Amino acid sequence: MDFSDIQTVEHDVLVVGAGGAGIRAAVECAQNGLNTGMISKSLLGKAHTVMAEGGVAAAMGNVDSRDNWKIHFRDTMRGGKFLNQWRMAELHAKQAPERVRELEEWGAVFDRTENGLINQRNFGGHRYPRLAHVGDRTGLEILRTLQDFCIHKGIHTHMECTGLDLVLDNGRVAGLVGYWRETGRFILFKAKAVIFATGGGGKAWRITSNSWEYSGDGLGMAYRAGAELIDMEFTQFHPTGMVWPPSVRGILVTEGVRGDGGILKNSDGKRFMFDYIPKIFASETADTVEEANLWLSGDRDARRPPELLTRDVVARAIKAEVEAGRGSPNGGVFLDIASQQSAEFIKRKLPSMYHQFKELAVIDITEVPMEVGPTLHYFMGGIRVDSNSQETNIPGLFACGECAGGMHGANRLGGNSLSDLLVFGKLAGDGVTNYINNLSNKPQINNLKIKEIITSATDILNRDEGINPFVLHEKLQETMQKYVGIVRTGDELQLGLEKLEKIKEDVGRVYAHASPQYNPGWNEALDLKNLMVTAEAVTKAAFLREESRGAHTRLDFEGESEEGMKYNVVIRNTSSGMVAEKRHREEPPKELSDIAFATLSELEGESSGS
Amino acid sequence: MDRKFKVWRGNKKSGEFISYSVAVEQGMVVLDAVHRIQTEHASDLAVRWNCKAGKCGSCSVEINGKPKLACMTRLNDYREDEEITIQPIKAFPIIKDLVADFSWNYEQNKRIQPLKIRARDKDGNHRMFQRDVERIQEFRKCIECFLCQDVCHVLRDHNKKDKFIGPRFMIRLASLEMHPLDEADRIPAIKEEFGAGMCNITRCCTDVCPEHIQITDNGIIPLKERVVDKYYDPVMWLYRKIFKRN
Ligand SMILES: Cc1cc2nc3c(=O)[nH]c(=O)nc-3n(C[C@H](O)[C@H](O)[C@H](O)COP(=O)(O)OP(=O)(O)OC[C@H]3O[C@@H](n4cnc5c(N)ncnc54)[C@H](O)[C@@H]3O)c2cc1C
Ligand code: SF4
Ligand code: SF4
Ligand code: FES
Repeated sequence: MDFSDIQTVEHDVLVVGAGGAGIRAAVECAQNGLNTGMISKSLLGKAHTVMAEGGVAAAMGNVDSRDNWKIHFRDTMRGGKFLNQWRMAELHAKQAPERVRELEEWGAVFDRTENGLINQRNFGGHRYPRLAHVGDRTGLEILRTLQDFCIHKGIHTHMECTGLDLVLDNGRVAGLVGYWRETGRFILFKAKAVIFATGGGGKAWRITSNSWEYSGDGLGMAYRAGAELIDMEFTQFHPTGMVWPPSVRGILVTEGVRGDGGILKNSDGKRFMFDYIPKIFASETADTVEEANLWLSGDRDARRPPELLTRDVVARAIKAEVEAGRGSPNGGVFLDIASQQSAEFIKRKLPSMYHQFKELAVIDITEVPMEVGPTLHYFMGGIRVDSNSQETNIPGLFACGECAGGMHGANRLGGNSLSDLLVFGKLAGDGVTNYINNLSNKPQINNLKIKEIITSATDILNRDEGINPFVLHEKLQETMQKYVGIVRTGDELQLGLEKLEKIKEDVGRVYAHASPQYNPGWNEALDLKNLMVTAEAVTKAAFLREESRGAHTRLDFEGESEEGMKYNVVIRNTSSGMVAEKRHREEPPKELSDIAFATLSELEGESSGS
Repeated sequence: MDRKFKVWRGNKKSGEFISYSVAVEQGMVVLDAVHRIQTEHASDLAVRWNCKAGKCGSCSVEINGKPKLACMTRLNDYREDEEITIQPIKAFPIIKDLVADFSWNYEQNKRIQPLKIRARDKDGNHRMFQRDVERIQEFRKCIECFLCQDVCHVLRDHNKKDKFIGPRFMIRLASLEMHPLDEADRIPAIKEEFGAGMCNITRCCTDVCPEHIQITDNGIIPLKERVVDKYYDPVMWLYRKIFKRN
């Protein structure tokens, strides 16, 4: 192949990913006057964001006027066990309301309050009803709104086009090589800046709510180019995934079920969450069924039911119940909303859950409880970015959305991802604009690098025999499920790392059917490289953090350590391979730590900030 | 237990049905079977999918001749000894195997005038009431699976894609026209450019919609009514006569 006549397209900025973060970033770039390209592995409107159910968190105070950005910020920091980047959590809490209102301006039709404002629902870890939502299909509403809006903004959208690797010029971004799924042909994007908005890497686990797209491509591409990853040990297991039938194991059951009154019960019929309330949340959580019921009926003085504790707490509690032999027949626990709400209410507020169970499990959730168990759901960690500009440590490379790290710390609150996408998608667009406007000379493309990227991709097709990529992927998933699960030990992580080394060797020997045209085997083989980076980074970071904090639980190091709050784990690509190291955290700005450690009554009733 | 599947394999130029047999388990859906075939027999078998829960509208195919989502179609909906036929959507060109080219649909969306929302209230909010947004929320449930576009005879049998925008985009238009705060008028375009008159209310689109959207009754007919209030539409004229509307 002659690499000089590879299809070449030039943009000021290339956005990789067309989920909520990618489209929001692309819109901002285009509105700032940049020539903007956007690529995605799937068709437009199919990205992960479309699956989000429960809602988008923003302290608008439409339902409870006591809410404001400071309380949202405080909830986010406490949920993240104070490992979040302070400035990111601040920007997020301050700007989320305007981003949500802007979506409404662009056509989103959220559920309404009685006064005709955007309605907000309760969710785990959020002090007040804060999640703007549309039944249980909020992600669809947001993604479709962005999609319908962006097609009139002059963005060059290239669908079913997958990014393979970055091309740098003297350490700064010069472009990216990708391929068309339909033809298997390669394409070079020349760009002064690239924004990664590629989402997470949940497909490294067997039981996950994530789709095939979540192979950690952004993480892999950024890492190989020299960008740092942060907080990779914090992988969120959502407490409620479907457990039956086997083929749908892991598919998400929205937290909205609990937000709207659903309760968790074990096989003895006991509402067990009352036994698992951590000290830090004890003063804000109901400790009797009576009080929990009062809360559900709208009593503003009642404290929240323990089912709405943060996800890490609920997921571990479910795991403990199952291991104590009090699980449901298929290895989960019972999530019961049928006994708490009317059939009419359930169908109206949770229509897609109703259909999901009816059609996939042949169960009517308005009559019987669901069986649920933890499922790998979200990456708190990701590409390390500057809190203000979203730029990585590689000049010209930016990241936002789930593939970026720092905003959520050790654990993400539900609803804080959709808001994260909007807030940091926009900020990334502004960051890029600023970068490009200050660029003195155009980056040059290095042909050798292009050749290297393409050869490594075509090698897979040119082998006569080798390893089946689907089977190897399953092996990786089993390994991560077994050794890097909800609770971890140093020994298991070490063992996991050894297994990963072997799989990594095998990844070098995968092969696929020779034709590159719409060839899932080949596509899968290419994804494996990124999944490996992701899996290794999580495992190494988890090994280094010798304490239990948020979503990261070490049986051999129970509880939070004092030192644990002082560093973030950073992953780097070095000449001797992947290295995990502790990076000292800077002291927080005083005005922010005052808010994070304030009592609620000190913050309530303050009017929301900008 | 093993089950038999007949899967269409090929590209734009040529193709054929190939039979595969794979082991199936309780609760499996057609998409699971396709994945098994990929893993065990044909790693290059092309299929689209994402969410595997009926939320993204990627996995549209025809199963035993009926347009369906592969991820929401359970194998035990079919007799155990029945060979299940899986082929790509017919109304649009084939790319490869089970993957069809939907790009025409993406082009149509661009032709539609977007929301033109009136100014916010003084306090920076928009006010709309739940009862007023419910009917457009129904249309906004659309996951763009394009099964309705596939089954609509105007597009499928008569290939009048230059004359009719299809049911999916009729409800997109309806969601804009019925938006309480929208200030644009798309009725002339709905008649002239988008071909509302081409629809003769067979309701086939409604029957296949996995989101159970009442495409025809709640979306297309009210739009046609609005057109008739301005212009003349023979189908609507007849419809009103039969159902004694107005
Ligand atoms: C079932 C489910 C329910 C959820 N519910 C909620 C909720 O209620 N509230 C909430 O806040 N969060 C929720 N989340 C989390 C939230 O939806 C995601 O974190 C968020 O949507 C991620 O958005 P994103 O824009 O970062 O990435 P995505 O929307 O996943 O988009 C990633 C994009 O990158 C593209 N891409 C990836 N790799 C490449 C590559 N190599 N080349 C080109 N393109 C590439 C993909 O094609 C896609 O377009 C939920 C998640 C799931 C799975
Ligand atoms: S009702 Fe109209 S749009 Fe629907 S299938 Fe029939 S002709 Fe097509
Ligand atoms: S209206 Fe229904 S059938 Fe048509 S594209 Fe939307 S979800 Fe699919
Ligand atoms: S895979 Fe999303 S609808 Fe079938």
